[in-house]
Amino acid sequence: MYGNAYIDPNEKPLSILDGEDPIKLAEFEARIDRGEKIEPKDWMPKEYRKQLIRMIEQHAHSEIIGALPEGTWITRAPGFKRKLALMAKVQDEVGHAQLLYSAAETLGKSREAMINDLITGKSKYSNVFNYPALTWADSCVIAWLIDAGAIINQVANAKGSYGPYGRALDRICTEESFHLKYGHHNVVTLATGTPFQRQMVQEALTRWWPPIMHFFGPSDKISNHTTILMKWKVKMATNDDMRQQFLNMYVPKIWDLGLVLPDANLKKNEETKLWEYTEPDWDEFKRVINGGGPCNAERLAVRRMAEEKGRWVRKALLQKDSSYVTPLA
Amino acid sequence: MNVTAIKELLYKMADDLLIIGHRNSEWTGLGPILEEDIAFSSMAQDKIGQAGALFEILHELGEDEPDTVAFMRDANKMHCAHFVELPNGEYDFSIMRHFLFDHADQLRFEMLANSSFEPLAQVAKKIKGELKYHVFHANTWLVKLGNGTEESKARMQTALNESWNYALGMFEVGDFEKELQSENIFEGEEALKTRWMANIVPFIEKANLKIPDTKSWEPILGGRKGYHTEYLQQLVEEMGEVFRLDPTAQW
Repeated sequence: MYGNAYIDPNEKPLSILDGEDPIKLAEFEARIDRGEKIEPKDWMPKEYRKQLIRMIEQHAHSEIIGALPEGTWITRAPGFKRKLALMAKVQDEVGHAQLLYSAAETLGKSREAMINDLITGKSKYSNVFNYPALTWADSCVIAWLIDAGAIINQVANAKGSYGPYGRALDRICTEESFHLKYGHHNVVTLATGTPFQRQMVQEALTRWWPPIMHFFGPSDKISNHTTILMKWKVKMATNDDMRQQFLNMYVPKIWDLGLVLPDANLKKNEETKLWEYTEPDWDEFKRVINGGGPCNAERLAVRRMAEEKGRWVRKALLQKDSSYVTPLA
Repeated sequence: MNVTAIKELLYKMADDLLIIGHRNSEWTGLGPILEEDIAFSSMAQDKIGQAGALFEILHELGEDEPDTVAFMRDANKMHCAHFVELPNGEYDFSIMRHFLFDHADQLRFEMLANSSFEPLAQVAKKIKGELKYHVFHANTWLVKLGNGTEESKARMQTALNESWNYALGMFEVGDFEKELQSENIFEGEEALKTRWMANIVPFIEKANLKIPDTKSWEPILGGRKGYHTEYLQQLVEEMGEVFRLDPTAQW
């Protein structure tokens, strides 16, 4: 599950096409215009490669870091049915990371280098996982609404121009649709359960609403950069478009359950057909994405511990010609 | 059929699977490589599912619902071996336990596939098919790590030494061993242990490891009778944490 790639607004936008061969670039863009997929060994602009690596890598990191807040509830899931389903769900998320690291490797960065950039804090992952899953109900809200948001993002990106990423996303979306059902079933069970369960799920929803509103990222700055990425079918939809789509699909379902969202201004404008809401606190978003959230340090510490404790195992497996870059999808 | 004897047999097997499945699931997100998070999660799902199937048979024999039995008992009412209760430790111990436990369990269910108690024989046929892959996974890793670096070899030998007496404790003889044998329900722990030794030795040799000297063999017993390590009560409290908030609620 994943939000949208975080593009640094301070990055210099004018260097994108510097030094590119104009004929090759024109051929490349013509292929994309015709709806063709770009494959690992095809020519591509440096900026295309760089943005895709960043995007797929952030997505892969989000999958393994995302396994942590939900994973802590596997050992506490209530009953066989939930325990089995949650194990399978979190296992899927780790499997997504495997698929995505493999897709990113086809662009020339090794899994080890990516994981190293994750644990040293150099590369980002989805901001939502820097918040804690305090109760069982939090894990249910995550499984429903964060996965719902991820599907919106990923269905859009699956139509992107890079073949291995698109194919990985097709597989991922199929699995995510089961996660969504699992999450929805859990939330319905709690919302229609005992008063205690109802309160539990309401509190979780209230806690998770601000991170959910942050999920797709701030409004895109219309820049040269964004325009080129959209033309190359690297970025497939604006953050605001996806947020609108999410609100349109899920707010009515949340309200149907009699649950309350902590935003008095949230309503659909029947004229514009757009949802109106209180602008999320983007200072908080920036603070958290830059390391200041409640769980940033813990998430990275756990990941670092897993990497360190597993080092002797990887060393024992290491063989000279064991590296591979074949996409899994 | 001696129902008490059958229940005792079912409980210890179901509890072993429930607890080792729980332990396996703790690797999710923390494995040395992603592929191993995924592998341990698959095995965890199989084992929890297998435990559920055995608790279903117990339910048909008059015990409580599987969820209630699995998620509401305290440690002193459980019958798992100490071996499965121990924390995962590092990957060396987890792989060694996986190897020693799964070889025993696969043989156990192979034997039970011929049990005169038909509901168990049916379930055992399915379970042994799943365990084949668990054993295959364990064998592969044991041999790789045993032949890897100096560190991995030393770690695996230490893990074997530390696991051994716990592993022998898996074969703790129950109170109804004779009844189970005479009614052709289960051939018994001693027969299982003999087969287990024959199966594990070739892989231990391939991994260049040594089974501890017989003089130091001292099976760690008590689990089948409700005496457990300090780790089990913590585990069952964690496992039941949400369910126990309101056992009458639908979760």
